Amino acid sequence: MNNTLIFITFSVFTSLVSLLLDKDKTILGFKKGFKMFKNIVVPFLNILILVSLLLFIVPPQIIVKYLGAGSGAIGFAIATVVGSITLIPGFISYPIASGLLKQGASYSTVAVFMTTLMMVGVVTLPLEIKYFGKKVAILRNLLNLLAAIVIGILIGIIL
Amino acid sequence: MTKKHWENFKPYIWLASFVIFLVGSFWFGFDPGKTIYQSFTKSFIEMITFIPFLFIIVGLFDVWFPKEKIEKHIGKDSGIKGILMVVILAMLQAGPLYGAFPVAYILYKKGASIKNIFVYLGAFSTLKIPMLGIEIGYLGLKFTLVRTLVALPLFIVAGYLMECYLRDKKFEVYEVK
Repeated sequence: MNNTLIFITFSVFTSLVSLLLDKDKTILGFKKGFKMFKNIVVPFLNILILVSLLLFIVPPQIIVKYLGAGSGAIGFAIATVVGSITLIPGFISYPIASGLLKQGASYSTVAVFMTTLMMVGVVTLPLEIKYFGKKVAILRNLLNLLAAIVIGILIGIIL
Repeated sequence: MTKKHWENFKPYIWLASFVIFLVGSFWFGFDPGKTIYQSFTKSFIEMITFIPFLFIIVGLFDVWFPKEKIEKHIGKDSGIKGILMVVILAMLQAGPLYGAFPVAYILYKKGASIKNIFVYLGAFSTLKIPMLGIEIGYLGLKFTLVRTLVALPLFIVAGYLMECYLRDKKFEVYEVK
């Protein structure tokens, strides 16, 4: 909430400065921004619907159970798959990750889980395809999946 | 319902079904529906307090910064300085990955190089300062630092690979309408 507040303050401040400098330009900017927002709000809502359904099907307790202590390579694999498919908002995923570490999950499992959550999104893929086209969107997700696995393994080695 | 009506309604079909499902759940006291409603409202509040302002910034960026200027700094010949600039831009932001796509579109429109667009997306997903703050709080400074330092070179490499692959192909970021 705090971060959002900072961001809102920043936006309002920027808008005010912009208004003072050039009123017409600012209004044009607002219009452009609003048009983009209007186009994207329904796809965004669809993502949120999907996320809330997924969180119900795979609740945090289940995730913790399967990724906890001694889950080893299988835990790592599950973390990769679950992290890639879902998009769990930060306010839920960080408590999950911290719970996982406390329960004895390995650093690599937690790292690959968090990284795939952030970098790879099957749920958001339809929207990403609208922006980048099918081939590029899939390629980006695959490359980032690979990067996430490497990150997970390296963190396991370092920590 | 005519075909035209249906085409107009089609984008809203998920939303409409979801609303009917929620109203039904509350009407009949269906508990899973209530749980889903709770997690939906949480994410919804996160989005709606944040995304409209993101688009204000994107709109203002569009009118204030001419293409030539942006292109000079983060375009094809921008080198390491260009990478540094998109990484810093990404670090200053917040919000989920889907909020980065519209920004990627505007960067593309302003002439950013392919590499820098994907480095931006990588940095956006893993290096946002607000997120790093939360991560340090939950997972500790050491974990956050190691993860960040390992991730940074990897998605710069990913950016280079995307550019290598797409250089001779038609690459475009579309405006979603």
